[in-house]
Amino acid sequence: MGKTTAEKIFEAHLVDKPDGETSVLSIDTVFCHEITTPIAINDLVARGKDRVFDPSRIKAVIDHVTPAKDTLTAQQGKIVRDWARRQGIRDFFDVGRNGVCHALFPEQGFVRPGATIIMGDSHTCTHGAFGAFAAGVGTTDLEVGILKGVCAFKAPRTIRFNITGTLRPGVYAKDVILFVIGQIGVNGATNCVMEFAGPVIDAMSMESRMTLCNMAIEAGGTSGICAPDMTTVEYLWPFIKDEFASREAALAEYSRWKADEDAVYERVIEYDVSSLEPMATFGYKPDQVKPVRELAGTKVDQVYIGSCTNGRIEDLRIVAEVMRGKKIADSVRVVLSPATPTVYKMALAEGLVDVFMEAGVCLTNPTCGACLGMSNGVLAPGEVAASTTNRNFNGRMGKGGTVHLMSPATAAATALAGVIANSSLYTG
Amino acid sequence: MKTFGGRVLFLDRSDINTDEIIPAKYLTEVSKEALAPYLLEDLKLEGFEQKRDIANRGVVVTRANFGCGSSREHAPWALEVNGIHVVVAENFARIFRQNMYNCGMLAIELSPETISALFEKFAGRETGCSLSLTPPVLTFASGADTLEAPFRLEGFDRALVEAGGWVDYADKKY
Ligand code: SF4
Repeated sequence: MGKTTAEKIFEAHLVDKPDGETSVLSIDTVFCHEITTPIAINDLVARGKDRVFDPSRIKAVIDHVTPAKDTLTAQQGKIVRDWARRQGIRDFFDVGRNGVCHALFPEQGFVRPGATIIMGDSHTCTHGAFGAFAAGVGTTDLEVGILKGVCAFKAPRTIRFNITGTLRPGVYAKDVILFVIGQIGVNGATNCVMEFAGPVIDAMSMESRMTLCNMAIEAGGTSGICAPDMTTVEYLWPFIKDEFASREAALAEYSRWKADEDAVYERVIEYDVSSLEPMATFGYKPDQVKPVRELAGTKVDQVYIGSCTNGRIEDLRIVAEVMRGKKIADSVRVVLSPATPTVYKMALAEGLVDVFMEAGVCLTNPTCGACLGMSNGVLAPGEVAASTTNRNFNGRMGKGGTVHLMSPATAAATALAGVIANSSLYTG
Repeated sequence: MKTFGGRVLFLDRSDINTDEIIPAKYLTEVSKEALAPYLLEDLKLEGFEQKRDIANRGVVVTRANFGCGSSREHAPWALEVNGIHVVVAENFARIFRQNMYNCGMLAIELSPETISALFEKFAGRETGCSLSLTPPVLTFASGADTLEAPFRLEGFDRALVEAGGWVDYADKKY
């Protein structure tokens, strides 16, 4: 019987089966940030177990509220900073080198096909874009991961999504994933891995695949997964070129993580997305999705561009393409946070920052910031945001505020119009 | 292993989410103890008064899908630092349930019929709950009224509870 990608990864990492349905896996890499890690660190200290299983396999960043906005957030950062120094964690990213975890860590080459990754953050599913099993966990699971390099999961059931057809110009990975979540609902993939396949995925860049896998959790999914291919190898090549004689050799090695032809799935769902339009959310659940056309004209107060979903260079290029030579509407303010320092530098070098500033956009340092309503563009009660982030929960970007999720192209067009609008790149 | 049982807090609603259990604004706290005064602070429920009702309880009895929302473990911790080590419900959100067992606490699933019977018989009354783990049985009592409810506690869940949580279990075993 064939196996899915997740099943292969589970088998290769199995440490123990404490009961019929639970697998304790060895974890290749534990990612940490300053919101969920400090309590784990403090608890380990209190237990007299202030150790880490392997400092080279722990990566840490201060990203959610950075630079610190008050004493409490400064203290959270300090706990992670002191711990990283004390434990010899070399891959620690402090102010000036920090960026949004799920954009920064892949960019640093920390994610490999077939790997197991955990983090105390629900959007850890992003890293499945590389053919890894990556899952968000609670703080105790994180604590055990830090201490022992293991984590327990129930046997993975996988839903396969075959995405066929070709995307129209102006329609992106974000529109595809919003559409999928709208179809299956916020509980549609609970306890399941979402495996994305088909010609549309094959044609996607790694950035787009990350956008796709990032939102698996919004359908309840444990991890998103895309099979590794030459696109994956090309992205990773600067980091793996000493490990392999050629790209083909790397691809041959990574291909063993691909799902078998006769793998058994919980469900197989096929969507032909050839006629898909740009999509956006309404309401307070990410499965409340409509074509942008039906929401067109909705007034917004703020546009937010950034986050682990859509703050990468590919996203910023699209935004610049829509905004070039234009001004944002008087009635709206636009906050843009490049997801990492590298993205920021590229945006500067390519002249994108000029385009943004000419248009009237406020650029901030790389941070989660307004995505979770903690800093850098929090909404006032009653305000409406158009956002490239991943959660439209009630009050997510500020108590009493409303969020419409959409692609960077749609967000840019909305910034120019002051109301929700389809981008000029869309030719439907 | 933790101690289980005590006075019961009845919360007669489904889908109580992690924001209601512990509001997001307290996620900047860096100790579990600091969460204690804020348990259920934002829960709007008829007859429930947070300040009065969370003190000296050991068990929560509620309806379905308790702990939905974010993955924050601050929710079980806020219960733990208030001495509440047992939540009884029809079912739980996946991560909340795992977080409870990871902390060595009990997230006990009973049938909707049994949950309804508990509310009918005991809600609004001073009720105590004692537990046996072998065999797993909950005993509710108020005055002369009692109700016994067997529950499921097996495999990995039981091992975590007996070890006092996933940290101690994993540290010994791996
Ligand atoms: S950008 Fe938003 S969703 Fe992504 S890790 Fe940061 S807070 Fe979470």
